[in-house]
Amino acid sequence: MDWLTKFPQMDGALLRELNKSIDGAFRGFTRAWGDTIEAFFEPLRLFLVHSEQFMTRTPWIVIFLLIVAISWFCTRNWRITLGGAVILLLIGYFGMWEDTMKTISMIFVCTVISLVVGIPLGIAMARWNRMQAIVNPILDVMQTLPSFVYLIPVVMLLGIGKVPGLIAVVIYAMPPIIRLTNLGIRLVDRDMLEAADAFGSSSWQKLKNVQLPLALPTIMAGINQTIMMALAMVVIASMIGVQGLGQPVLRAISNQYFSLGMFNGFAIVGIAIIFDRVSQAFGKRLQKHSEVVHG
Amino acid sequence: MAEPIGIEIRSLYKIFGPEAAVLMPKVRDGMTKAELNERHGHVLGLNNINLTMPAGRIQVIMGLSGSGKSTLIRHVNRLIDPTAGEVLAGGADVVKMPPEALREFRRHKTAMVFQKFALLPNRTVLENTAYGLEIQGIDRGRRTDTAMRWIERVGLKGFEKKYPNQLSGGMQQRVGLARALSNDAPILLMDEAYSALDPLIRVDMQTVLLDLQKEIRKTVVFITHDLDEALRLGDAIAILRDGEIIQQGSSQDIVLRPADAYIESFVREVNRGRVIRADAAMEPVSGEAPEVSVTGDASLEDVARLMADRRVTRVTVIDPASGGPVGMLAMESVMAAMTNRGGY
Repeated sequence: MDWLTKFPQMDGALLRELNKSIDGAFRGFTRAWGDTIEAFFEPLRLFLVHSEQFMTRTPWIVIFLLIVAISWFCTRNWRITLGGAVILLLIGYFGMWEDTMKTISMIFVCTVISLVVGIPLGIAMARWNRMQAIVNPILDVMQTLPSFVYLIPVVMLLGIGKVPGLIAVVIYAMPPIIRLTNLGIRLVDRDMLEAADAFGSSSWQKLKNVQLPLALPTIMAGINQTIMMALAMVVIASMIGVQGLGQPVLRAISNQYFSLGMFNGFAIVGIAIIFDRVSQAFGKRLQKHSEVVHG
Repeated sequence: MAEPIGIEIRSLYKIFGPEAAVLMPKVRDGMTKAELNERHGHVLGLNNINLTMPAGRIQVIMGLSGSGKSTLIRHVNRLIDPTAGEVLAGGADVVKMPPEALREFRRHKTAMVFQKFALLPNRTVLENTAYGLEIQGIDRGRRTDTAMRWIERVGLKGFEKKYPNQLSGGMQQRVGLARALSNDAPILLMDEAYSALDPLIRVDMQTVLLDLQKEIRKTVVFITHDLDEALRLGDAIAILRDGEIIQQGSSQDIVLRPADAYIESFVREVNRGRVIRADAAMEPVSGEAPEVSVTGDASLEDVARLMADRRVTRVTVIDPASGGPVGMLAMESVMAAMTNRGGY
């Protein structure tokens, strides 16, 4: 009656053998295909490098004015713009300007890639139920699997550096934009689609004229979430060599530098606030037409 | 202007449910809506509809909710596929069109106005009005010209930069009408287009449609649940109940000769003076013809007003075309016809 008190588990030797063969197979795959995969991601690496060079080599005053100008044009709200400017000045004054620029560059590239891949995927999910049935469980895994677990194969394949960091961040940040694009399109009023059909729209015209514009508020919420998730991954990504605000935090953890950790942590919070407020206000401004309601 | 084309619907059936095609023979053999629902869990939407809608006239399809009227109008541009039957528009069978041809048909031959307006909230009145033309691939300059013309025609000049949310329901439906008319399609489908509007605005919009129709001469299919609206607008009226047409004819036919007790119960509430024409209530000329005359297509209400104005009790009815006398009307018979329930 041993199996009643102790779970009847796999034989230890067998389990060891299994692990060893999976590891061996994956190592073999890495050796055979590592270079090819690295070459495949080369354009991404160049994108990252150029974006980072732009952010760090441009004089700080230019970048500062650029960010303030963008937030003004997106929000038309002087309080948000002024708040963002103050946060940036404080970050610079506390000596974190360069790290912040690297982080912003990383977030920018990760967001762009998440959107470029995620929005079409969300559209495809909305169109085909089969697609939704396949993608949804994958998204569940992406969102619940601890990031360290998928860092292992990524690092084995691509080593330490920018690209594996980017992949880790994108895996974590992409699900919201996919899900919310899908949801937004599925929530579009059926009457509107019927009207589009009645006027003889092709499916592309229906997507462009009706589905995407009406799903836009939901898609904007997805973009906002994606940016926030990308920022949240900064510290973990720094463990595999992504430069920026995450690295001082990591150093602070291992050496118990309290203030270093706090300052850099607050810098992350600061840029998160800027991104969040600006992207939300921008989304709201796009929906201006829905505000004025006839009495 | 596009040449008007007629629509002919021949033995059209629609069964809702996964096994529609299999159950079709049973329905053809006379299975009723209730039996179909009880035994097979399928809903009989339309049952053997045969309807000829003449070109350039307003065909009203009237019925209460659940009668299948909205299903029927969606078969004209095939937003709903029939289970069996033919829908001929200008000789072409809409049911057999391949997707590409159907799209072209919807773009150029039909335009639709919806109960809930279905305007794009993120587009201005002008952009909404030009929507159909944009889908047809007409360049911006020309579609703006056309759209502006129709915006003006429906009385929305000055509002072209507004968003639908900034307009009242009546104004939004004017945009819906302008959008449909901009297409210059020979067939205009109006699905309970005025049902969501206040009574006064509804009458106003009916007038807009009747005025426009004098010049545009489209084949209009108008769906409504309101008999007054049906009688006012319809050159021809078909009354639908449980997916079947139970009577079709002119306003007068419906009011003077209701086909069954169901229709009679509607007709009872109608203002008969507005529907019944002088030539339907007149009697043969006896003795000397009265001096004051009305045309045969005048409503009894108009005749009564004329009698009061001119202080006479008898008028001559003349033929609208030739002008020759065809009969006469006395005040007693006008009053009798206006108040009589189920007479004539």
